[in-house]
Amino acid sequence: MLKIDNVTMRFGGVVAVNQFSAKIDPGEIVGLIGPNGAGKTTVFNMVTGVYKPTSGDIIFTPNGTSQSIINLRPDQIAQIGICRTFQNIRLFKELTVLDNVFIGSHLRLKSGIFSSVLRLPNYTKQEKAMYEKAKYLLEKVGLYEEKDEKSFSLPYGKQRRLEIARALATDPKLLLLDEPAAGMNPQETQELMEFIENIKEEFDLTIFLIEHHMEVVMGICDRIYVLDQGAHIADGDPLEIQNNPKVIEAYLGVD
Amino acid sequence: MKDNKIIKYIICVVVAIIAMIFLNFVLDSYKVRVLNLCFIYIILGLSMNLINGFTGLFSLGHAGFMAIGAYTVAILTMTPEMKEMNYYMKPMVSFLQQINMPFIVALIIGGLLAALFGFLIGAPVLKLTDDYLAIATLGFSEIIRVVIINLQSVTNGALGLKGIPQKTNQFFVKLLRDIFGISLSHSINLLWAGIGAIITIVFMFLLMKGSYGKAFKAIREDEIAARSMGVNLFKHKVMSFTIGSFLAGIGGGLLAVSLGTIDPTLFKFSLTWNIILIVVLGGMGNINGTIISAIVVTIAMEALRFLDEPLNLGFIQTPALPGLRMVVFSIILMTVIIFKKDNVLKSTLVKVRGRYAKN
Ligand SMILES: Nc1ncnc2c1ncn2[C@@H]1O[C@H](COP(=O)(O)OP(=O)(O)OP(=O)(O)O)[C@@H](O)[C@H]1O
Ligand SMILES: [Mg+2]
Repeated sequence: MLKIDNVTMRFGGVVAVNQFSAKIDPGEIVGLIGPNGAGKTTVFNMVTGVYKPTSGDIIFTPNGTSQSIINLRPDQIAQIGICRTFQNIRLFKELTVLDNVFIGSHLRLKSGIFSSVLRLPNYTKQEKAMYEKAKYLLEKVGLYEEKDEKSFSLPYGKQRRLEIARALATDPKLLLLDEPAAGMNPQETQELMEFIENIKEEFDLTIFLIEHHMEVVMGICDRIYVLDQGAHIADGDPLEIQNNPKVIEAYLGVD
Repeated sequence: MKDNKIIKYIICVVVAIIAMIFLNFVLDSYKVRVLNLCFIYIILGLSMNLINGFTGLFSLGHAGFMAIGAYTVAILTMTPEMKEMNYYMKPMVSFLQQINMPFIVALIIGGLLAALFGFLIGAPVLKLTDDYLAIATLGFSEIIRVVIINLQSVTNGALGLKGIPQKTNQFFVKLLRDIFGISLSHSINLLWAGIGAIITIVFMFLLMKGSYGKAFKAIREDEIAARSMGVNLFKHKVMSFTIGSFLAGIGGGLLAVSLGTIDPTLFKFSLTWNIILIVVLGGMGNINGTIISAIVVTIAMEALRFLDEPLNLGFIQTPALPGLRMVVFSIILMTVIIFKKDNVLKSTLVKVRGRYAKN
């Protein structure tokens, strides 16, 4: 599904990610962990086209055919089926909850701007389907009641779920979640884990997620990559990672 | 249910058009002119709001696009004889000299030319980052003015153009005369601007209701999120900017007809400033607000015309101060911005009012 091949990201003198490689197979839930500033979000930013890697390549294989995506724009990457959420929530604040999700499916619209203004049947048909889908996704994440509220007025945990609903509206094959459980209480976290497994099945997704909550990572990930100061230090299944001395060292800061 | 709504809208539009024809009969020509200006400023306000308010771009080039629309309409609709009288310093290029088109065709060409220029300026700038858009558009609208001043054999340079045909509704006049037997001494001047304003309002509502309008708003709210959700920023920004430029050109063309006379000084930055004023007062991204503020500002601008003339304050006689009107308006604008942004100021005011109300 996704192959990250020896990528390096340098910002001036800072090497945020150093020769990192990873491979994600279809249908997997893969975790990416590491201490603060390890370069996890930077990996996501490279996969979604926000940054172009200084060196290395990223190959995406949504359905049999592979393509390098490092030269694509973020919107093109969303178009071919990679979508994400943001660590520091980025909703369309002034828009309603429903419109936030609705916009997620704008990229699949097959009508031009004038068909939309003239409300030609081929447009309105698609628009109706987009709204249906948005409402369905809102029901799924439990935000249907709030659909007409402005998105900034939602509490933090709900904003995170709204971001996931919006990303799902783009019909991704690969979903990247950047700390989806941040700021959630244990019960919400538990619900989130079930939710992630549930959408993975229903929408036939592959999931790549960054998380600090260890119970989430250990609970739902098939495999885990560990980054420390931009460098790959370990990978494996949750049990292996938990017992890996390098990982323990990185997390506890033992020298 | 939904059909009912559409019928309601259609009735509104028909009533509005009938009202305009009616007003054209009963109002004196000065009032017709002011009302006409209201319609024009509605178009201009909405077009700027599309770019700046809804899409979150920062364009300062409205006067330039209006100049393109205005000059196109003037050049294409003036009769060859009128042109000969105007271009006495330097004759007009002969093929333009002979052209004489119906107003509505000229207006649409004017809008399309403005849109073309909008596209040509917007495309390179918007590809980078739109911080440069303000500078590029500001520069453009000055350049257009300089070009108009120097392209004397086309635009008549600094002399401007006088005698732009204002009877632009010959078709309707004929229709009324032939079918209803009503003969008009003056033309139905309001109709084009009025129809233009209605079309623009309806267009804006429909655009913002649809998926593209919402994508524009998403770009305004958060570009990074919008593009990560697959919105092609460049394409959408260029669309919004080009449509806005088109409408600005239409507004300019209508303004040229309503004034009857245009020259390069009309299209200075202060014209853009008037429209910014309307957009900010009416609210960024607010269609109804823009309509109301366009009307209020236009009427106030006329009502405060006395400020530019010599003032007799009873104890002191001031000389004529052309521009005082704009100073007053700018102060109003700044006050509005401060009050909108700064809730502290607002709450203090409420407190102060409360205290005085008690005592
Ligand atoms: N645009 C940028 N310009 C300069 N430095 C950057 C930029 N983005 C990230 N960095 C640096 O790269 C390093 C890794 O940052 P990154 O956000 O990827 O960490 P992270 O693993 O996501 O951390 P956290 O757990 O805090 O989210 C940090 O030192 C950060 O300061
Ligand atoms: Mg991060």
